[in-house]
Amino acid sequence: MALVNVTINGVSVQAENGALLIEVAKQNGIEIPAFCYYEGMSLQAACRMCLVEVEKAPKLMAGCTLPVAEGMVVRTESEPVVKARKTTLEFLLSNHPLDCPVCDKGGECELQDMTFKYGVGESRFTEAKQHVPEKQWSPVVFYDAPRCILCYRCVRVCNEGMGVGALGVSNRGVYSEIIPSHGDHLECDECGSCIDICPVGSLTSGIYRYKTRPWEMEHVGTVCTHCSNGCKTTLGVRNNEIVRGNNRDRSGINGEFLCVKGRYAFDFNHHPERLQTPLIRNAEGVLEEASWSRALKLVAEKFKALAGPKFGVIGSTRTTNEENYLLQKFARTTLGTANIDHHRSGDVVTLVDSLSGKTGQLGTVEEVYTAKAVLVVATDLSQQHPLLANKVRANFRHHKAAVYAVTPGPVREDKIARKFLRAAEGDSIAAVESLRDELAKAGDLVILFGDSIQGEKVRQLVAFGESLGIPVKYVCLVDYANSRGAMDMGVLPDLGPGYHATAPGLNLQQMLEATDLSALWVVGANPLKGGKTLASKDAFVVVQDLFRTETAERADVVLPAGSAYEKNGTVTNVCGQVQRIKKGIETVGSKADLAIIGLLARGMGVSLGAVDADTIFAEIAATVPGYSQLPMPIILTGGAAQTHPVNGRVPASTVPGNISSARDTLFTTGSLTRYSKILNEVLEKPGALYS
Amino acid sequence: MTFSPELEAKFADLVTHYPEGRQRAALIPMLMFGQDEIGSVTQEMMEELGRRLGLSTMQVDEVVGYYSMLHKKPMGKFHVQVCTNVACMLRGGAELYDHACHKLGLGHKQVSADGRISLEEVECMGACSWAPAIQVNYDFHHEVSTDQLDTILEGLQK
Repeated sequence: MALVNVTINGVSVQAENGALLIEVAKQNGIEIPAFCYYEGMSLQAACRMCLVEVEKAPKLMAGCTLPVAEGMVVRTESEPVVKARKTTLEFLLSNHPLDCPVCDKGGECELQDMTFKYGVGESRFTEAKQHVPEKQWSPVVFYDAPRCILCYRCVRVCNEGMGVGALGVSNRGVYSEIIPSHGDHLECDECGSCIDICPVGSLTSGIYRYKTRPWEMEHVGTVCTHCSNGCKTTLGVRNNEIVRGNNRDRSGINGEFLCVKGRYAFDFNHHPERLQTPLIRNAEGVLEEASWSRALKLVAEKFKALAGPKFGVIGSTRTTNEENYLLQKFARTTLGTANIDHHRSGDVVTLVDSLSGKTGQLGTVEEVYTAKAVLVVATDLSQQHPLLANKVRANFRHHKAAVYAVTPGPVREDKIARKFLRAAEGDSIAAVESLRDELAKAGDLVILFGDSIQGEKVRQLVAFGESLGIPVKYVCLVDYANSRGAMDMGVLPDLGPGYHATAPGLNLQQMLEATDLSALWVVGANPLKGGKTLASKDAFVVVQDLFRTETAERADVVLPAGSAYEKNGTVTNVCGQVQRIKKGIETVGSKADLAIIGLLARGMGVSLGAVDADTIFAEIAATVPGYSQLPMPIILTGGAAQTHPVNGRVPASTVPGNISSARDTLFTTGSLTRYSKILNEVLEKPGALYS
Repeated sequence: MTFSPELEAKFADLVTHYPEGRQRAALIPMLMFGQDEIGSVTQEMMEELGRRLGLSTMQVDEVVGYYSMLHKKPMGKFHVQVCTNVACMLRGGAELYDHACHKLGLGHKQVSADGRISLEEVECMGACSWAPAIQVNYDFHHEVSTDQLDTILEGLQK
């Protein structure tokens, strides 16, 4: 695009012809204050805060909607501009309650900051203020109309960002206010984006309100533990309690996007049923509380006695890479067993194998936003993978991406899709085939596919993609925060770290069905959920978990584990992007799984070397293919770096059959669902896919 | 919900007045005619019209909230609207409105117990040349004095 010369406050700058003045100024270090303007959202021009003086224009112009042109001369700090800002703020405050001392937003409020910086300090209005009582719209969203400055940010983020459209504006003039989708309440994604984006304290969070002041919290940037998308969430921690989650600093792959789980469902950490002491089954067969030393001694003795090929180990989709790596190493060496698996929710193994010899074909979150075309196959993306769905919508909005959906039922992508097809999960590939001619002209494509595409179907889908003659990237969708990491780290019965073949053992289903297991060690998983039983009646069962799950009820020893928000380490998201998680809080009595493994090893008289997250990660980086070339500066500073392709055949006998997604919706998160108060309180729970 | 065949025919004609893809523009007249027939803009009507024009109920609600001539609660059989905007105010509109309030014992957007008469203070009706103006349903009354207002209101009581 052609460059034009613009003068802002006497400084000549060059800018793309037609770029918005407010953006051009920002790029050149000049702030034009605004409330309604929001990068990435449609233009509103409602607040009048960004008025600037433009030479030869008859009056002040709104910088947020003014495209720059050759020779434009702009003044952003001249007297008329300064006066206009003061007047605008005077108007905005004319009905504002100025209840900053009790307002949640106080201290991080844009209206407060702007008034401080640009305001006049006094008002000519003496009229009584129009008071309206505060309204609760949902367990998480409260609306206080008098504080509202009607910038429409919430309306736009809900329409455009979320694709939900649950907020509107009713009435007019001084009576104008934001209204929710269902008369007096909201039925929506409950994502809370509207609360975050609100420049004032008009929309407040049901979880956070009146709990603390922003400056009294510690802010811990970590990764959400719920789905596999790997959103960065910044936990606001006060007195060892998480009081909020958001990502206002836009760090991480998700920018400021978070769904209901990332923003609110950290509350399971503080659930009263959280285990805080080990449990040992006594002579009467009842689990009773015991000290850590007694429990560890018992487990170490039993493990030592029962180690061997009849030992079973089930790993987790939420524990860190370090924990998964150490677990499989400990199982394969110290415990001498090949029976190790986890709940698999996507056929990454076959995808890796199908792409052997090729590089750069595993899509990243960023590429879902930048690709010219996106094909969504057999998944309800906005329910199961909210960040990826958000990126698809943003790609459509910002880049007019061609979106295609092939799903068994209606999905939110239908609305923006160039074409959408309904196909039963078994018929997805045939339906995708019918899009061949269109997709071949797409430029470049990212294909996201769900769990029903497994085994041979993954190969068919890859063969289809590779025959299009355009660059194609793939994302194999999986369930939880570290589902991908569990596979990469070799928590699989026949594949070690980096998908290297190892001596085959029993998979998860076979372990549950075997009648002669000597012991079963379950780390952060709940394989007996839904009434399943363990066929080996005499097996010694050890469970590490946060809660007394169905599996814990069958255990001989239960060890209370720390959650993802209580430890350091790394996790790998659905796109293979590795990110660091950071300890925010501590629950008395629990220990991180990594520490537990280390203590058990010590109890057995085995040395694993130093057991801490950094040391184990160094070992992973040194030995696991895919992780060996990760750019450490990026990861250490809180960024995301994609693992490198394994790039060789995966000699997997790991045939599908025990691959199935838990099919969580926006409002469920596996076994953790029942321990999150907020997910159980919202009206929309449990939600449904394809509806 | 359904409307009378005459109104359905009117609706069918209305949507043809707008360019393809802009049918939502028919919402405001549809709401007005619907209100005339049903008596007020009901939740059911908002849902139905939204469905027909591809709008969410909330989008319809936004429009209903914005336009003061659309009412979610039924107004009286005779809806008396008194303008107190600038031109009318200068010519005694405010006094006229006060007079109506006292005479009817009603305030802004209130309906008489028998449901016969309702009162509303409105902004400009575009009748500034004949200020002060009042409007009863769709009938205008120009340069209204308090005496004339009494006569008009008494006529509505019968």
